[in-house]
Amino acid sequence: MTDMISRRGMTRRDLLARSAVAAGFAIGAGFVAAPDAAWAMEVEHLKPETMATLIQMARDIYPHDHVADAFYAAAVKGYDSADAAPMIEAGIAGLNAAAGGKGHASYLAMGWERDRVDILRSMESSGFFQTIRGGLVTGLYNQKAVWPLFGYEGESFSEGGYIERGFNDINWL
Amino acid sequence: MTVPFDLTDDSVVVVIGTGAGGGVLANELAQKGVSVVALEAGGRYLPEDYVNDEWESFGQLAWLDARTTSGDWRVANDFSGLPAWIVKAVGGTTTHWAGASIRFQDHEWKAKTNYGEVQGANLLDWPIDPREMDDYYTKAENKLGVTRTGGREGLPGCNNYLVFEKGAKALGYKEVHTGRMAINSGEYDDRMACQQTGFCFQGCKWGAKWSAAYTDIPRGEATGNLEVREKAHVLRIEHNDEGKVTAVIYADADGNEQRQAARIVCVAGNSIESPRLLLNSASSMFPDGLANSSGQVGRNYMRHMTGSVYAVFDQPVKMWRGTTMAGIIQDESRHDPSRGFVGGYELETLALGLPFMAAFLDPGGWGREFTTALDSYENIAGMWIVGEDMPQETNRITLNNDVKDQYGMPAPNVHFDDHPNDVAMRNHAYQQGMAVYDAVGATRTFPTPPYPSTHNLGTNRMSENPRDGVVNRWGQTHDVANLFVSDGSQFTTGAAENPTLTIVALAIRQADHIAGEMSKGTI
Repeated sequence: MTDMISRRGMTRRDLLARSAVAAGFAIGAGFVAAPDAAWAMEVEHLKPETMATLIQMARDIYPHDHVADAFYAAAVKGYDSADAAPMIEAGIAGLNAAAGGKGHASYLAMGWERDRVDILRSMESSGFFQTIRGGLVTGLYNQKAVWPLFGYEGESFSEGGYIERGFNDINWL
Repeated sequence: MTVPFDLTDDSVVVVIGTGAGGGVLANELAQKGVSVVALEAGGRYLPEDYVNDEWESFGQLAWLDARTTSGDWRVANDFSGLPAWIVKAVGGTTTHWAGASIRFQDHEWKAKTNYGEVQGANLLDWPIDPREMDDYYTKAENKLGVTRTGGREGLPGCNNYLVFEKGAKALGYKEVHTGRMAINSGEYDDRMACQQTGFCFQGCKWGAKWSAAYTDIPRGEATGNLEVREKAHVLRIEHNDEGKVTAVIYADADGNEQRQAARIVCVAGNSIESPRLLLNSASSMFPDGLANSSGQVGRNYMRHMTGSVYAVFDQPVKMWRGTTMAGIIQDESRHDPSRGFVGGYELETLALGLPFMAAFLDPGGWGREFTTALDSYENIAGMWIVGEDMPQETNRITLNNDVKDQYGMPAPNVHFDDHPNDVAMRNHAYQQGMAVYDAVGATRTFPTPPYPSTHNLGTNRMSENPRDGVVNRWGQTHDVANLFVSDGSQFTTGAAENPTLTIVALAIRQADHIAGEMSKGTI
């Protein structure tokens, strides 16, 4: 996964100097990043905290422990647009309100996945949730860079198919 | 006369649609010297154009015009705007199909007689004797190069098949093999052998799978008797005061309306578009739609009883390697009411890539119950269930006047409710499918709901009595002598088998009939 914005000014030291690390994200003015600067994303229309929460929400909907945040960030990056921002801000505000109702400072501040998922279940039929979930089906799983993490090999035509490359190589039956 | 034919040339047979029905019919007629104009709504894509990427290919080939859904089937909820997964391209859905090519069983031609009265089902016997089809099935198998027929060898079994076969045999199933497939196991008919590449649903880049796009269509064109007009979307059919059809109105590639005169019109737009076209062609003489005096146009929509079973194992399967549909269990295809339902079903292996697995394993599903399944993607094996569903008058294609397509025509609404027989059969099939995988040590199994329909059948059905259906035993409409239906919509009942071979056999038979009647001057 390549960085989504220039690495300039995004060394670990720079990042930490310019951001607050919260719940696994480095959140600064106009950007969200991994605390180790493995990836970073500029946000133009969404509040950085909103994008960080959206990334967490994406992971809570489709949690794969062996898939890094960068892929979830890439999957929801498109919502950082003038058109989508009001809907996303409102939806994430709803998540935070629900978290507040359970005595948490914010959705991101909830330490246990099960507590966050409880909130998502309670809003499962909402348009906001279904938009995010539906978008992730392609946004996450149709990233070619994700496929090898699941063992999926994609196209094989360019290599002549599997006729000579293990179409029947199962050895445990 | 030679191609291109003039718009005013009223000697031509106009075939609407170029898939398994229309594409084959157009070529068979052209080979007999009949002048044919084939109007195809989609563009032309050949093996070099096919994309081995599930979503990208879907965007290239799928029929995505406006459609709506209703009824209790889960597709109406999960994929409300996509009732069917079929293709808009020259060659139609023969581009996308998996290649399974099996004949109806004799008893399935006479479902009403053999199954008896089934409450809520609109069963009817086909007005065709099964023996009448034997030679046409043989011709169809030779055209398609079907494996395990005509001396052609079976395909080798891929990983997904080997898991399936071992489980099937452990359960005592006897009719288990790599299928009768229109996919070359060796070179045949100027097409090469299968390279076990996967992506059969995205168009075979080797041309090893039969598709009308690169067989019947170019061969028909080579005769000089067939003109295929691409991106020609038919809007309605016109008729004269004598009740004969005279012309077809279509939107050309630029969206301009054109009028092609016709001596005969053959409708082969798949079981959603074909009845929609007849309904959209209503006139003062045919107020309920063309050829609809029976009221059966659009009714009895069948989609086969389907579902899938996926299973996770503790070791890799890599199901995507090799032919998408790589084998079959036929033991359950018999009619045996002791199982709690009439008719039967086939179990056929099926593999999906990661992107489609995410979309179809449990549509709408999320959270760890869902994602832990995908975490084991490499260790998953899969099969598809296809069985006979009951025709019901209320399962039907209607015009949705609230939704218009890009040409301003009312979109089709597809209404489907499962019949109790369909539900009982599906539950039985889920149990058997899961047992197959449990017998090989599955650690987890998934009874996966139906995908958008690939087998769309029955909406202009064939009947002996004009009161009961839309077309006669030749696919000729009961009401209009020079109007034919040439696709799966003429199916009286669906049988348990994948329908393409039967559609092709019926198209070859219909071509003989039409050419014969034309030379006799009777139509």
